[in-house]
Amino acid sequence: MTLEHIVKETKAFYCLACGKCSGLCPVSRYDPAYSPRVLVGNALLGLEEDLVRDRELFSCLTCYACRPKCPSGVDFPLFTRRVRALASASGEHGDCAHSGILQSLVRLMSSSSVKPNRLEWVPQTCRVSQQSEVLFFVGCAPYFDPLFEDLGVRTLDIAKASLRILNHLGIEPMLLPDERCCGHDALWTGDVETFGRLAERNAAAIREAGAKRIIFSCAECYRTFKEDYRDYLSPDCELQHVSEALAQAVEKNGLKFRELNMKVSFHDPCRLGRHLGIYDDPRKVIKSIPGIELAEMEQSQEESLCCGTSAFTNCGVYSKQIRIDRLLEAKATGAHTLITSCPKCQIHFKCAMVSKGEEKGPDIEIETMDLVNLVADALGEREPDE
Amino acid sequence: MNNGFEPQIVAFTCNWCSYAAADLAGTSRIPYPPNVRIIRVMCSGMVDPIYVLRAFEAGFDGVLVAGCHIGDCHYISGNVKAEDRIAKLRRLLHTLGVEDERLRLEWISAAEGGGFAETIKELVGQLKELGPSPFRKETAA
Repeated sequence: MTLEHIVKETKAFYCLACGKCSGLCPVSRYDPAYSPRVLVGNALLGLEEDLVRDRELFSCLTCYACRPKCPSGVDFPLFTRRVRALASASGEHGDCAHSGILQSLVRLMSSSSVKPNRLEWVPQTCRVSQQSEVLFFVGCAPYFDPLFEDLGVRTLDIAKASLRILNHLGIEPMLLPDERCCGHDALWTGDVETFGRLAERNAAAIREAGAKRIIFSCAECYRTFKEDYRDYLSPDCELQHVSEALAQAVEKNGLKFRELNMKVSFHDPCRLGRHLGIYDDPRKVIKSIPGIELAEMEQSQEESLCCGTSAFTNCGVYSKQIRIDRLLEAKATGAHTLITSCPKCQIHFKCAMVSKGEEKGPDIEIETMDLVNLVADALGEREPDE
Repeated sequence: MNNGFEPQIVAFTCNWCSYAAADLAGTSRIPYPPNVRIIRVMCSGMVDPIYVLRAFEAGFDGVLVAGCHIGDCHYISGNVKAEDRIAKLRRLLHTLGVEDERLRLEWISAAEGGGFAETIKELVGQLKELGPSPFRKETAA
């Protein structure tokens, strides 16, 4: 795709240079060198070389904060994604956090000849069935678990809690032994080839398994399947986030929750919220648990602030400042626990708390938890060590 | 099956012990298979997991990380850090579907030229049994 195509596709030529995007961009607030308006301006001037070599190109969080606010309807996140693909084709990539382990893992996962050992974490007490028509897409939890356990984020506990919840709802899901990364990070950092390989392998495995309904606990996988797998997946396949399934169950018969006396706040993951417009379902589920008080942050739902990092790229002082801001908002509600529905949001928040180190700064310590862990706890389905 | 298959190995050896051991193996004329490319690093503790992943991405069949014996590290505890990192990386590679034998961590002191040669011999033997790395076909140059 050429720059001209990108400008047409994303309606960048309608840009009035009003600067609304840069005004409300959480990155621009801290990073003086980053401005969505300037990037679009450069594209309109045809400065492809400048655009592709600009290291700020990879600073965008693709959080969709600017997209609904643009008076000309320019799709800036898509613009970023497409230009990154151009940059990636000429060998450019952002500053990969964790020395690029996560990007490398994703590339390795896209190889066809590798046979992953993905399902060793499945607890004996959970019921899964390979004959089921419902598939639970686990996501990268088995990989994130060893990488981020030092931060105190146990991503496999999220997967286990999701399984327990599905069992509680009477669903014995199947799990794909050959599941790959959904390709979200590869796609958004411009590595479209890797994304294509991953999507093909996942779609083929799903077809072969005969799944009719897929349930996700990760907001990023869900968005990727819903929006970016259209060319790969059969349209009859029903996709559902676990919060949607839970909200339905709450509406239908009311789940029997035990009382949990705690004050919580909910952080909308960008992919679930602004990308897919799911704000009410997780809140409905949280509110239906007796004893729980849900305190909204100053910026919530459509106005929600991003967790500060996307696709483990260009993470630095600015992204940390965004995380600190968000955590301060959460603390200001007086909540004891910050609930979210994306494992990466949790990883980034915890990382900001841990890496605070010696520097004197505001107190940002707060418990974080995934929605499914909270619900599993309320359903009495939580094992002591999870 | 693996007729003529010659595994390719990257070895990250620490400057103070294992690289000297490889050197000693050479000067003592101890023969070992030529399947290994040695990269000298200052300490096994500086071997970032990405080095290993990149080696697999590049199509290598096995990776050896070698350092001083525990307690003998020139930087006091670099090898302890290496041990911790490699253990985590091993879990990651296992999930990914990479056989455990393809990543090896070994403590080889500067006096153990024979030990170095033995390690390489053993590793080459194991990798010949295992066959090419799953990433080789697609990613090897």
